[in-house]
Amino acid sequence: MTALAVEGVWKYYGDYPALRDIRFAVEPGQCTALLGRNGAGKTTLIRILAGLSRPTKGAVKLFGQDASVRATRAQVGIIGHGIGIYDELSALENLKLFAGLYALESPGRVAEEWLEKTGLARVKDGLVREFSRGMRQRLAVARAFLHNPRLLLLDEPFTALDDRAIALLQGLLRDALREGRTVLMSTHQLREALELATHVVLINRGKLAHTGERTAEMLADPGYLYRVHGEA
Amino acid sequence: MAFIRQMLTVAAKDLRSEVRTKEAINASLSFALVILLLFSFAFDPTSETTREIAGGLLWLAFAFAGVLVLNRSFARELPNDCLDMLNASPVPGAALFLGKALANYVLLLGIELVCLPVFGVFYNVTWYRHLGELVLVLLLATWGVTVVGTVFSALTVNLRLREIMLPMLMYPVLIPCLMAAMRLSTVLIGGEPITGDDVAWLRLLIGFDIIFTSLAVVLIDTVLIG
Repeated sequence: MTALAVEGVWKYYGDYPALRDIRFAVEPGQCTALLGRNGAGKTTLIRILAGLSRPTKGAVKLFGQDASVRATRAQVGIIGHGIGIYDELSALENLKLFAGLYALESPGRVAEEWLEKTGLARVKDGLVREFSRGMRQRLAVARAFLHNPRLLLLDEPFTALDDRAIALLQGLLRDALREGRTVLMSTHQLREALELATHVVLINRGKLAHTGERTAEMLADPGYLYRVHGEA
Repeated sequence: MAFIRQMLTVAAKDLRSEVRTKEAINASLSFALVILLLFSFAFDPTSETTREIAGGLLWLAFAFAGVLVLNRSFARELPNDCLDMLNASPVPGAALFLGKALANYVLLLGIELVCLPVFGVFYNVTWYRHLGELVLVLLLATWGVTVVGTVFSALTVNLRLREIMLPMLMYPVLIPCLMAAMRLSTVLIGGEPITGDDVAWLRLLIGFDIIFTSLAVVLIDTVLIG
């Protein structure tokens, strides 16, 4: 079964078409880099895939089910532009909250495990508002992974991360791919993305410019894709 | 069971956040007490007329103060894009809504219970003569205010002028609920039980709660995702 199928998705903001007839599929176990210049429509597409926005036309299927069905979201982990963490709660309370929302068996145990994995166990009872930026980002990574999602949707995941958080996220993504999970990430950091990616989707001004396997040329020269398929 | 657990998780999270920050409680409680105090200067507490409008004054204070709690309900999800993460989770929109409404309900009831004795002192009324019935009216009317306010809080959360828009949208819808609450509270504070024609006002409150709770549960996904 296809992990993710985007079927003729259009999205209008007023009269402006932010996405125009986007079609591609992601098979289980693939890591797909969603690339495009600023304003190309990457975030709009990721919000639709995450069920946070409805397409004007077309459909999105996650593991064969419509993305707007809430139950399918249990299989999706998200890192968006915001960290999605409550400042007035402690690190442990935040992770227990999300473990509870994802109806995990023992939220407390899972939360403790992920605090350990992300190096935050020492400060688990500290309020997030007192955390450094790097610590908050690691907590956001733990929040996205704690329910063992089959599909990870990552919107600019490496932007504004410190070195430790980048290393943590890259390690977790490699583990996830080894375990056969599916990853779709939008990014401007071409080199990091292309090192992990097995496939590439390029969007240019809301239209699909290219979709296919990541090639050796792309890895050797990250600008290649834009020169050949996107705007120069 | 999962639905109820998720609903209670959302409610507990909101209450814990509010207890930590006290943003809404402090503002709402002090606002309610100030309104009651100012009204007590405007009306003679010993006059019969004041007793006849006591229920109205009480519910005006509750409705004005309540909007401060309801405004924070979804606005507290905006920092760090937390609302997106709630919407991206598998929690049904109805569980998310009812969890938030439950937290708002507890906060509003708490504020009302603190205000009632103060109201009794300022207006020289023995408000507890029909305590059971008065509590019933408080429970029903406060749920009505909470449900309507929570839906509109979700609807206005992304507006820059949400503090103004919420009461403008909410109060007209609340007119039947507030009218019933005012009428019944006036009767009970005046020492009379709910009988005869007043039972119809009680039925109206129950009907209002059922209709608006059902509508909110059905429409909340559209309100949250669009």
